[in-house]
Amino acid sequence: MSEHEYTPKSKAGKWFNDRLPLLTLGAHLTDYPTPKNLNYWWTFGGILTFCLITQIVTGIVLAMHYVAHADLAFASVEHIMRDVNYGWLIRYIHSNGASMFFLAVYIHIFRSLFYGSYKSPREVIWIIGLMIYLLMMAAAFMGYVLPWGQMSFWGATVITNLFSAIPLVGDSITTWLWGAYSVDNPTLNRFFSLHYLIPFLILGLVVLHIWALHVPGNNNPVGIDIKKPSKDTVPFHPYITIKDAFALLVFMIIFAGFVFFTPNVLGHSDNYIPANPLVTPAHIVPEWYLLPFYAILRSVPDKLGGVILMFSAIFILFVLPWLDTSKVRSAVFRPIYRQFFWILVIDVLMLGYVGAMPAEGIYLVLARVGTIYYFLHFIVVMPVVGYLEKTDPIPMSISEPVLTGGAEPSLARKVNDKV
Amino acid sequence: MIKSNIKLLVLSFLLLISLRPLQSAEMVDPIKVDWSFKGLTGTFDRASLQRGFQVYKEVCASCHSMQYLSYRNLGEPGGPEFSEQEVKAIAASFEIEDGPDSQGEMFTRPGKPSDKFKSPYPNVQAATAANGGAYPPDMSVLVKARKGGANYIYSVLVGYEDPPPGVTLDDGVYYNKYMAGNKIKMPNNLMNGLVEYADGTESTVDQMAKDVTTFLAWAAEPELEERHKTGVKVIIYLILLTVLVYLSMKKIWSRIDTEI
Repeated sequence: MSEHEYTPKSKAGKWFNDRLPLLTLGAHLTDYPTPKNLNYWWTFGGILTFCLITQIVTGIVLAMHYVAHADLAFASVEHIMRDVNYGWLIRYIHSNGASMFFLAVYIHIFRSLFYGSYKSPREVIWIIGLMIYLLMMAAAFMGYVLPWGQMSFWGATVITNLFSAIPLVGDSITTWLWGAYSVDNPTLNRFFSLHYLIPFLILGLVVLHIWALHVPGNNNPVGIDIKKPSKDTVPFHPYITIKDAFALLVFMIIFAGFVFFTPNVLGHSDNYIPANPLVTPAHIVPEWYLLPFYAILRSVPDKLGGVILMFSAIFILFVLPWLDTSKVRSAVFRPIYRQFFWILVIDVLMLGYVGAMPAEGIYLVLARVGTIYYFLHFIVVMPVVGYLEKTDPIPMSISEPVLTGGAEPSLARKVNDKV
Repeated sequence: MIKSNIKLLVLSFLLLISLRPLQSAEMVDPIKVDWSFKGLTGTFDRASLQRGFQVYKEVCASCHSMQYLSYRNLGEPGGPEFSEQEVKAIAASFEIEDGPDSQGEMFTRPGKPSDKFKSPYPNVQAATAANGGAYPPDMSVLVKARKGGANYIYSVLVGYEDPPPGVTLDDGVYYNKYMAGNKIKMPNNLMNGLVEYADGTESTVDQMAKDVTTFLAWAAEPELEERHKTGVKVIIYLILLTVLVYLSMKKIWSRIDTEI
């Protein structure tokens, strides 16, 4: 790669770079050879970085005005909304930012699933990504508790109570988590502390995620290994930066639409009622991005079983690279798997929908069917389809069939249409 | 294919967020009112806000607190926009407890614009005890705290009816078409001609309900007008920037044989 030859032009730059090669790193990042056929599904990495930074910056400002105390938290949020200059804007960016963050991360994860980005040699990128996702869920859950509204309080009660399902030590663990004998002021205080900590852990993992990405380089819609650098690649800057910027701006328009015109549509109205341990809301629902897991949790009649299944639903993703037996990465060339992929997408959306509904009647049936299918997809469909499927022919390189028009122009066109 | 995928995802996402209100099928849908503050450029009706404040002050405030509002808010842009003199006069009409003074004694003094709205009861327990065991909720963010928002609040205010045959109500419980469970402990306080509007508007129940709901909508979202105005500017700016970046992108990528 070109960074090996990189030498700063100025004397001062050379002096510094010999001692700490930051300029070499910068040169590596700008020259980084990227497949030129990346489509817009590949822009969500940059969008997610933007989301993380937005959350950290707005969060730090909010923390300057927020008070983590059971008697004062709700009022301090109203203080931010009414008396802090542009406090309403900062808070709405932060609260809607969480939803936009999850929207982007789900697209990012499903992109990886479709194009086989989790497969060798990118397993470590995938696993670090899942760790980021887990931390995001923890951060989002604790952040939702901070305004100390009814949904904050009761959501915290439901989720922390899950740990009481652990045999023998469950109750002790729950009490330890609470720092009290119910969700109370100590719980709020520690959640605030952890909510402030986790984003920086995520930031560290993001650095590792990108580092791990830069070892093998990006996967691409065709899913084949490419020579880097070559005519199949473009330098990251300006080609990918400008494309990421364009996609980010479109994303920001949607983001701004939520923030300025429907800032509360993704939240629950009950969270504008101050927390009251004596009054339970009619329906306790988590934020939309946790609903599929909530549906899995409630689909099991046994509490411990539900908790195990819910955590399994996430942890099964960690072994995904070894459950997928197909040698072909991209679902573009996998006619059978491709259909199962879309069934999984619909399955997860359906689980999210029934997660918002009361756990009874048809919703419970759907939740159970959805849960069973979710696990079948990973445990049965992925290994078996990968083994049996007859995949479509794969091009030798990204540009050659297109450029030469040689061997099989029809294939090249087909590939182009698909990706 | 990508286009259809995007469509599918967007549709599913919209479906996800739009289906949530289906949760409570047992409730009657609130009346849809064409509020002036709806929509992308919605603003509050200034006169309605001022009348609404009058209804709040003369009717609601005897039981409901609005502890997160200050009297100065009444004069701020985007709200009822009372003049400085009016705000001072409104604040001064309340006796506010202050202190302790240098002797350690609490004392009362006339309110100042910087004071929070005076609550009718010293605490939640007192408010609950004085109202037959039902706490009259603080109204600062009430419009945001109820599904259906302003439409719901307005509907409850005009939704009092005689109970249908077969429904018996305890003392101090009233029948309301729009309230969850149809039972409400707040009596129907609005009747035609109850308040005398300073601007001469006829104070029908419907008018008062609309005015006070407008006032409560502002109280819950005092930033609404600024938010809408800023939002329009931000989105126009972002769209222009997006177009410029798109054109730059096309130009830069024209050096490469691949289409984007």
